[in-house]
Amino acid sequence: MITFSQTTIKEIEEIRRKYPTSRAALLPALYVAQREFGWLSPEAYTAVSDLLGVPEAIARGVGTFYAMYRNKPLGRHVVQLCTNVSCMILGAERLVDFLKNKYGLEPGGTTADGRFSLVIMECIGACGTAPAMLVNDDFYENLTEKYIDEILEKYR
Amino acid sequence: MGNILLKNIENPNSAELCEYRKSGGYAGLQKALGMEPKAIIDEVKKAGLRGRGGAGFPVAMKWTFASADPKFPKYLLCNADEGEPGTFKDRPILEKNPHILIEGMTISGYALGAEYGYIYLRGEYPAAKDILNKAIKQAYEDNLLGDNILGKGVKFHLAVHQGAGAYICGEETALIESLEGDKGQPRIKPPFPVNVGAFAKPTVVNNVETLSNLPYIMEIGGEAYAKIGSPDCPGPKIYCISGHVARPGVYELPMGTPLREIIETHCGGIKGGGRLKAVIPGGISTPVLPPDKIDCPMDFVNMPKHGSMLGSGAVIVMDDTVCMVKVCHRALKFFEHESCGKCTPCREGTGWLRSILGRIEQGEGNEGDIDLLLSVAGNMIGKTFCPLGDGAASVVQNFIKHFRPEFEEHVRLKACPVGK
Repeated sequence: MITFSQTTIKEIEEIRRKYPTSRAALLPALYVAQREFGWLSPEAYTAVSDLLGVPEAIARGVGTFYAMYRNKPLGRHVVQLCTNVSCMILGAERLVDFLKNKYGLEPGGTTADGRFSLVIMECIGACGTAPAMLVNDDFYENLTEKYIDEILEKYR
Repeated sequence: MGNILLKNIENPNSAELCEYRKSGGYAGLQKALGMEPKAIIDEVKKAGLRGRGGAGFPVAMKWTFASADPKFPKYLLCNADEGEPGTFKDRPILEKNPHILIEGMTISGYALGAEYGYIYLRGEYPAAKDILNKAIKQAYEDNLLGDNILGKGVKFHLAVHQGAGAYICGEETALIESLEGDKGQPRIKPPFPVNVGAFAKPTVVNNVETLSNLPYIMEIGGEAYAKIGSPDCPGPKIYCISGHVARPGVYELPMGTPLREIIETHCGGIKGGGRLKAVIPGGISTPVLPPDKIDCPMDFVNMPKHGSMLGSGAVIVMDDTVCMVKVCHRALKFFEHESCGKCTPCREGTGWLRSILGRIEQGEGNEGDIDLLLSVAGNMIGKTFCPLGDGAASVVQNFIKHFRPEFEEHVRLKACPVGK
């Protein structure tokens, strides 16, 4: 059994006040749970569901519908590389191969040391500076193999 | 035309309230709060403002419906779920000019009689979330949001609601479902959100760029605004250009700027002296155009006459090294991934289109596959719950319409002929 810290419970209660219903606080509460527990484990769903009074089946349905909720543990740093058309025509596929060959990082996979996970993204709104990726919450644009090396060096 | 929506974005502190005020910010709100709500809607009508999210619906009409509904409270939702591939026009407003959006929303809220607003922000813009939250806090502190805005007895509260990575939530009823804490699956219409929207109350959903026009309309008046750009759908427009041009990026230009001018003059033409092969003019769902079809004014009225749509104004430019089958396949992979699964033609159709395109691209296409693609697409168009399915099917139809020989060659050669 995992539980939220008192600070987090307060945070979710504050979020709850922004909406006319508890249910509306579900998406933000799942984000908070993900931040607190690292991923949305079955226990995390129970904790969110108890706190908001939303049925667990609903919480899970929502948590598995959206691409940005993590339903399995991921690496310490999440590399989110866009491969949609604007990035693709400027070489994003080559970068996917590069991450695989140099870092052993497969799409949807995690490195053996748990340092990185790779998630292939559908357009992250950086098309004018393609190819682009997010590492955790940080944007990186105009990517090349060399630049990716420099960026990943910062994330231990 | 100087920048209106992207005013001052080169200033590194442009997101700060004091900087926004220095350049005349919140004067539009001050003026609006001295007017009757109906007079504001009339100005917006005179301005001829159309929604910038893609559909181009007249804003004043949507507002009139919602304000006429007696149910209370009403909600104003800002669609900041910018997810149409190729689109990055709202991001500079959100990250660099957040107060123009907050001001625009407050004016709109007052005009509509909406006391609560939410900015539905896509999950992929974490920086924008922090910037918006900070700007909202500043606005509350300066009495530009709250229960008694500028001492005029007007109430408007605003919060950011973060999406979680679902393209479908750009569709307004899916966005409302997602705001209410559900899967982003579109609702059947009618009832329309203007009558039964968020929390079953009258709700207006407008795009970031749309709402950001309000301060300027208030400042110069609807008639003067209507003189900017295309007479049929006036105003400034943020075009965002990606792909093989010399200077990709965002350009704020008068609505109706010709596509050729955008590519050749503003973006410096094709990068590295290559040859133009294809342009997707308004985000990936809009019909692709070949090089001889780009002499068209980029607005909601004229683009359909030239075989495409303005969409979000996201121009993706491709040179002759790009394989059309590959682009079409990648687009369908996207639609399959983003289909919400609610209706069968879209859920199944996007998967089959992706699969057939995949085998053609891999050199394993069969004779008859191209007609099969058209047959599947034809069975989707007009039969899906929301425009996602139509978009997916029309992408396939239009790539084949303009580039059929390239598809046929893939099947015949069992390989990609591009660049060989």
